[in-house]
Amino acid sequence: MSLEPQELDELKSKIGRVPTSTELEIVAAQWSEHCSYKSSKMHLKMLPMTGPLVINEKGYDSGVLDVGGGYVVTAHIESHNHPSAVEPYGGAATGVGGVVRDILSAGTRPIAIFDGLRFGNIEKDKQARWLFKNAVKGIADYGNCLGIPTIGGEVEFDDCYQNYALVDVACVGFGRKDKLIKNHAKKGDVVVLLGGSTGRDGIGGSQFASDSLESEDRSAVQIPDPFIEKLIIEAILEARTQKLIHAMKDLGGGGLSCAVSEIADTLDIGIEMDVNKVHTRENDMHPNEIMVSESQERMLIVTSKVKLKKLQKICEKFRIGCSVIGSVTFDNKVHVKKGNKTFANLSADIIANATLLDLPSKKPSYLKTITHEKKLKPITDYSKMMMKFLSAPNIASKIWVYSQYDHEVGIRTVVKPGGDASVLRLDNGKFLSVKIDGNPKQCYINPREGAIGCFEEACRNVVCTGAKPVGMLDHLQFGSPKDPEIFWTFLESLKGLTDFAKDFGIPCIGGKVSLYNETPAGSIKPTPLIGVLGLIDKKPLVPQKIIDGDCLVIVGDTKDELGGSEYFEYIHKFIGGNCPTVNFKESKKNMNAVLDIISKQIIKSAHDCSKGGLAVAVSELCMTSNIGCNVSLDMVPGEKLSFDRILFSESHSRYLLTVEKKNISKLEKILKKYKVSFKNIGEFGGEKIRFNHNNTSVINLRVDKAHKTWINSLRDLVLHG
Amino acid sequence: MKVGVVVFPGSNCDRDMYHVLSDVFHFDTQYFWHDKGLPKNIDAIILPGGFSYGDRLRAGVIAAHSPIISDVQKLAEKGIPVLGVCNGFQILVESGLLPGVLLKNESLNFMCEWTELIVENNKTPFTNKLKLNQKIPIPIANGEGRYYADDDTLKKLKKNNQIVFRYSDVVNGSANRIAGVCNEDGNVVGMMPHPERAVESEINPIDSKPSSLIFESLLVQMGAKN
Repeated sequence: MSLEPQELDELKSKIGRVPTSTELEIVAAQWSEHCSYKSSKMHLKMLPMTGPLVINEKGYDSGVLDVGGGYVVTAHIESHNHPSAVEPYGGAATGVGGVVRDILSAGTRPIAIFDGLRFGNIEKDKQARWLFKNAVKGIADYGNCLGIPTIGGEVEFDDCYQNYALVDVACVGFGRKDKLIKNHAKKGDVVVLLGGSTGRDGIGGSQFASDSLESEDRSAVQIPDPFIEKLIIEAILEARTQKLIHAMKDLGGGGLSCAVSEIADTLDIGIEMDVNKVHTRENDMHPNEIMVSESQERMLIVTSKVKLKKLQKICEKFRIGCSVIGSVTFDNKVHVKKGNKTFANLSADIIANATLLDLPSKKPSYLKTITHEKKLKPITDYSKMMMKFLSAPNIASKIWVYSQYDHEVGIRTVVKPGGDASVLRLDNGKFLSVKIDGNPKQCYINPREGAIGCFEEACRNVVCTGAKPVGMLDHLQFGSPKDPEIFWTFLESLKGLTDFAKDFGIPCIGGKVSLYNETPAGSIKPTPLIGVLGLIDKKPLVPQKIIDGDCLVIVGDTKDELGGSEYFEYIHKFIGGNCPTVNFKESKKNMNAVLDIISKQIIKSAHDCSKGGLAVAVSELCMTSNIGCNVSLDMVPGEKLSFDRILFSESHSRYLLTVEKKNISKLEKILKKYKVSFKNIGEFGGEKIRFNHNNTSVINLRVDKAHKTWINSLRDLVLHG
Repeated sequence: MKVGVVVFPGSNCDRDMYHVLSDVFHFDTQYFWHDKGLPKNIDAIILPGGFSYGDRLRAGVIAAHSPIISDVQKLAEKGIPVLGVCNGFQILVESGLLPGVLLKNESLNFMCEWTELIVENNKTPFTNKLKLNQKIPIPIANGEGRYYADDDTLKKLKKNNQIVFRYSDVVNGSANRIAGVCNEDGNVVGMMPHPERAVESEINPIDSKPSSLIFESLLVQMGAKN
């Protein structure tokens, strides 16, 4: 039970009596942080939620974008952090299942999954390795079985996630605008529970997720069954096409309690239901258990009695459970019975709307000195350091992860995972580019600029494929909001994201807040994760193989911004310094210039410069095309810096363009027109990745050796420690 | 000329296969749900990939007992071309229509990557337009894709020219690098890689022509018959 004493008093005064035990369970689930957003909701309103493409309908769990030609794209993001930290396989798998059902709820077919994973230090910590390995397997087994490609994501390791895990899953859907579910209900409509049976798994899951992680309560973790989910997807899409669904909601956190009360509250109706009608896995379940079980693969559907027969026929075809558990009433009450006996009878709006909190915030004291840099120890051999850097878990290729995900099924994947953003083809001839990005190291040093940086980085990634950013998903993950210093970091991040979204005209189409991400050892670093959706009208930029003689052009300034960089943290074991900041004007200019260049088809590839800085970004280009490069660091535009800072600064708004020599003057002409900062800094060829400064070679690596280290190190680390 | 795409609970490449057959190669294509029979006038049958019955017990083993499989068997005996891709291949071996079994990959992981096939038999209804030893860039996506058969069976496969495709490299530990086989008559073919994911240049980063020849072969085969 997680109702606070004052919440219990409040409930009593609202209903004018002592609540029954079932009512207490229902309200506790719905008023949990996880379901009610009580600490964050009043602040989230600052984000811009509307835009020319956004379709706002009541009751959707996902954002909807009109992409033209009668089609829509839906998108949502969820996390399953607490469950994944104790049972990574089931936690991660059911995380996928939940967000997929959110997409399905709008009446669209899920077409792509993205995952953002964060764990402790896998070089040192066996537990972190175990969590990582099994979370990846959980996502793979679930997504692969559904036939939804997992086409992008990111993986990061940081000491702040010791004994913990962040598993974020985003899903994108696609469908016809005229087939979207328009949530509504008529008097006499029936309420149907469709899908898997209700068991004792996941009981109290939403409360478990609304507290810091101290006990390993495995029974609060849900059990995944992707086969049932696949059948539900096909059954519901068939029912949608036959227009059999009036309203629909997936069962997630809080189980039936939340689904029933939220659908009743949204549609302004009442629902009377009988727990005896729910198909259960065990036959001695108490009504309280049935109401808050978070058993997976279940959907709540409102339909008419006439359409019910057709719906039941579809469920028979797919052999999935379909129980009529109740009916629509007009007293706005959630009335839960077992046979004739009433167990709960409460107003839907009381259950669905917890009192929102305006929690105090205070700037954390650690931020006062965080920008002070310590003296770095000298590095004698940068080539040797660079080889170590390329094998660092945060820098190394993530191929071990994404090769376990079917990223081709659905035959839409035009730009495959492993590069910047992934690109899907849509049925209206357009292309959708999507990327998710987070950066807790920078967000810790500067919560505002760090969050903006994640947003801009995700934008840069989709821009590199030729896409214009059209929508954003935010997932805000922090520690306990009751700690004013943590809550301050939450507010700062949110304000930063809001400012960027408004300035760039990119609406927030969906999001999620996950708080209490803590273990007895402390809170995680602020970890906002930003997903950006970009649209390409004509042709995406599919990176072409780089060959001898191609040129390397950098767009954007390199500044003294190494705070939170991999170089400081992994090589120098130093947390602090100047966090990279985004100059909105410069950022926009660079973005527009790169988009124009891509649309004119004069470059071979565009690559974002971020984690690990210029050194890593250039190496990635070389390793992927198996070719060397000669880079002159003296030519890099920006502040005058020592060469290691030029190599490893993580300044934003920078792009690496590769171009055939014959197109270089055309390229320069356009860049000049946009008045952006740029330079031709190198030429590809040979077998060595070479960075030169003042006519001296500072890094000199054989590309084949670098590639071998970069591509295999993560797999070797997971398999052999 | 009618091609049937058989759909089992958990099939997930059925729609991709349908799209390629009907929109790219203009076959008259129709879905068939697993619990029904197949019409007699069908000209070719495709078993698409996916996770029929969630890969429970073993990939393909439950679907192999579906009512529709007995019809597939009857039509196969009459010489109708049958192609099983990925889970479809697993179902064909589990139902005894093709020899051998498919085991977990050597890495014990699901593997999704682009590989290269070598054509070993170009006399089947799905390979007649390909050249012997021709190379096909094509993606795999499976967890249980390692072909295995005992030595006697492998010898027999070689002798009867039943090995249709081999991988160029060692990919997952398959016996003799086998990626696809056929029955003795050559009309039933199973393969682990996904040709339907490789025939459109928009999504094939290497070369979409060789995979297209798999479907063009079927066009030739069916044209010859009519």
